[in-house]
Amino acid sequence: MGRYVIRRLLQMIPVFIGSTFLIFFMVYALGDPVAALFGDKAPDPATAALIRKELYLDQPLWKQYLHYMGNIFQGDFGTAFNGQKVTELMSTAFPVTLRLTLVAIVIEMVVGITLGVISGLKRGRTIDTSVLLLTLVVVSIPTFVSGYLLQFLFGVKWGIVRPSVSSDAPFNELILPGVVLALVSLAYVTRLTRTSIAENARADYVRTAIAKGLPKRRVITRHLLRNSLIPVVTFIGTDIGALMGGAIVTERIFNIHGVGYQLYQGILRNNAPTVVGFVTILVIVFLLANLLVDLLYAVLDPRIRYA
Amino acid sequence: MRGATHAKWAACAATVALAATGLAGCGGGSSSGDGSGIVKSSWGDPQNPLEPANTNEVQGGKVLDMLFRGLKRYDAKTGEAKNMIADKIDTSDSQNFTVTLKDGWTFSNGEKVTAKSFVDAWNYGALVDNKQNSATFFKDIEGYDKVHPETGTASAKTMSGLAVKDDKTFTVKLSGKFSTWPDTLGSSAFSPLPQSFYKDHAGWLNKPVGNGPYTVESYTKGSGMKLRKWDGYKGDDKAQNAGVDLTVFTDNNTAYTALMAGDLDLVDDVPAQQLKNVKNDLGDRYINQPALIIQTVVFPLYDAKWGKPGMEKVRQGLSMAINRDEITKTIFQDTRTPAKDWTSAALGDKGGYKDVCGDLCKYDPAKAKKLIEEGGGLPGGKVTLTSNVDTGSHREWMDAVCNSINNALGKGAVCTVNPIGTFADFKNQLSGFKLTGPFRSGWQADYPLIENFLDPLYYTGGSSNYAKFSNKDFDKLIDEANAESDNAKALTKFQDAEKILAAQVPAIPLWYQNGSAGYSDKVSNVSLNQFSVPVYDQIKVN
Repeated sequence: MGRYVIRRLLQMIPVFIGSTFLIFFMVYALGDPVAALFGDKAPDPATAALIRKELYLDQPLWKQYLHYMGNIFQGDFGTAFNGQKVTELMSTAFPVTLRLTLVAIVIEMVVGITLGVISGLKRGRTIDTSVLLLTLVVVSIPTFVSGYLLQFLFGVKWGIVRPSVSSDAPFNELILPGVVLALVSLAYVTRLTRTSIAENARADYVRTAIAKGLPKRRVITRHLLRNSLIPVVTFIGTDIGALMGGAIVTERIFNIHGVGYQLYQGILRNNAPTVVGFVTILVIVFLLANLLVDLLYAVLDPRIRYA
Repeated sequence: MRGATHAKWAACAATVALAATGLAGCGGGSSSGDGSGIVKSSWGDPQNPLEPANTNEVQGGKVLDMLFRGLKRYDAKTGEAKNMIADKIDTSDSQNFTVTLKDGWTFSNGEKVTAKSFVDAWNYGALVDNKQNSATFFKDIEGYDKVHPETGTASAKTMSGLAVKDDKTFTVKLSGKFSTWPDTLGSSAFSPLPQSFYKDHAGWLNKPVGNGPYTVESYTKGSGMKLRKWDGYKGDDKAQNAGVDLTVFTDNNTAYTALMAGDLDLVDDVPAQQLKNVKNDLGDRYINQPALIIQTVVFPLYDAKWGKPGMEKVRQGLSMAINRDEITKTIFQDTRTPAKDWTSAALGDKGGYKDVCGDLCKYDPAKAKKLIEEGGGLPGGKVTLTSNVDTGSHREWMDAVCNSINNALGKGAVCTVNPIGTFADFKNQLSGFKLTGPFRSGWQADYPLIENFLDPLYYTGGSSNYAKFSNKDFDKLIDEANAESDNAKALTKFQDAEKILAAQVPAIPLWYQNGSAGYSDKVSNVSLNQFSVPVYDQIKVN
């Protein structure tokens, strides 16, 4: 187990270096951001040259990359154009997005798995068909449509929630955005759980458990669900990274100043340190979530062993 | 209030139940309560740190306007530069100026506003090492080339043209005659700075200290700023409200939604998608008026095929092939005003705005066709318009302009659009003079002076002369106008210079951008100044 974890952690290094290089290259390929800092005016050559020098933009790309990586290992992620350290941006943005992701994941798990179990056990019945139909509808609606719609209904029409989230972004304000963010994944979780449950409901061990006279509740939670959750956990695990990075649309609609917002700003202003820095952290989150998923397999199914 | 809260909680409980089925959520509800007298307004994240000489866009400028008062201040309605801290600015030769300050002005930290507060701030802004975006504002002061050489390092730390006489007086020597120079001093780049700015720069940037009607209560970079009325403010334009809370919105749609939901009192940028509903939603609480911003299509005169003699007829013809009235109506829902000159309608007649463009800015397909043929036709038989398309409906209007040209000329799709993904990329191609066809240019004036629309853009070697337009007569008229101390005569000279633009057409004027704002029924006395920035200090909370 321990060796497995170490091996996995070591494997992350080339993935990390490769992905950061690609992102770095792509952001810098977008072009020199300095001219845009001057708005409609022509950049003043002397000032622009000094800014370029300070940002290390007057060096060839490979040197810029080495310099950037060197700084990263010292914990310096560079500075955004408004003078803020990227680490400072991260320390304000990541907690907010983490909270939003948490809300989304919880909703996704609780609602998705519950609906999945119900429709999996009652497959073919009306409730199963209607849940399947509902998930189909949810999957086919783009996030920005459901976002603006729910925001309008709950925020403006009925006045139940604030349409825009305040800068502290407390949990209670994040429920609606969390729902919007979770919707699509929720449908997938429901469908995955349903299929898995439906498949395992006929398995021998379930029949044995019922024959032993165990209460139905225990059969479902301890035996059926536990064995059916592996594909669902895989999905939710990879979804953590996807939700954090994919919150751009949701965060924009609800004006949440999280990772998606900072990434959007960074891309709009061609600010490489912000974009590369944030994506780097997202890559790490993604890799760790994947590791966590793999380790959870052993918990769910003790037959799976790592060496 | 109590009953309403109960009802809200009942509604909340209902939604929590709904939330279980993944359909709804429940938030904190409206946040009214202790914020009496506070105006809640939308904001955009300033692009650069908030320093007077480093802020060149509206969002940062908005805050500086609340925090600082300079020697002069532009009247929000007329744009006239009126003395603020300056008691008088004297000159006998339009080149040497003596500035005398009024008594009693202080910064909100108690420090006195003296001649040194100005001179130090200007020297700081001009010094190349400080990398200030608006350093060029100081270019007319003698010694600027020493502190801000075009390349290399500065050979002096301060400008020789500035000298402090005593606490209340300082003198300025310009490198050339510039009669309307005092009128440029209303720009926030010329604001005075307290000593704490230099002593604890990072601390100052986290909580700027100025001498204006407001002080900063808290500033969370990237998300918002709370400004409060400063009771010790000396000027006569004291804040009419208790404070202003600015919240950063990246999406103006969300800001508009927040306004609709009563969460916000003021948005100063109504999203294009909402323009159809805005009159219905807000009635007369919607403001739409021209700002000091002009959009033009500029020709790359540095490219022989557009710049060669005789091509001016083609350029004139293209101008007449654009149906400005229709495009501003259908695409911009009248949030742009069709252009009639190379300045802006926001200047007003007194500021020099005049219909110089005349027929050239009117849609006339027959004449357009004739002129283009006389000029030898479009180079290579076609024309390509270039602009960034990440903001401002640029793609839409470029398509419309091309359609208009194609329809007018009747030769098929001779006009095409070259969209560029980001503003940064576009800006690089623009300032590198890499574009070979006409391109968009937007110009927002730094101060409400006709000089600012002509000098930087069309003077030979002008700082933002992207066309590389060069015309001796034009330069001569501008020089004369700048040296002219009689305002009316100077304006006529500027307008004469504009007539040369009408003959040569280095750029086609398209339209003036309007400021558009909407506000809730909780506030009143809302207006926009010429820079399309709300006059925050005059807003009253009902």
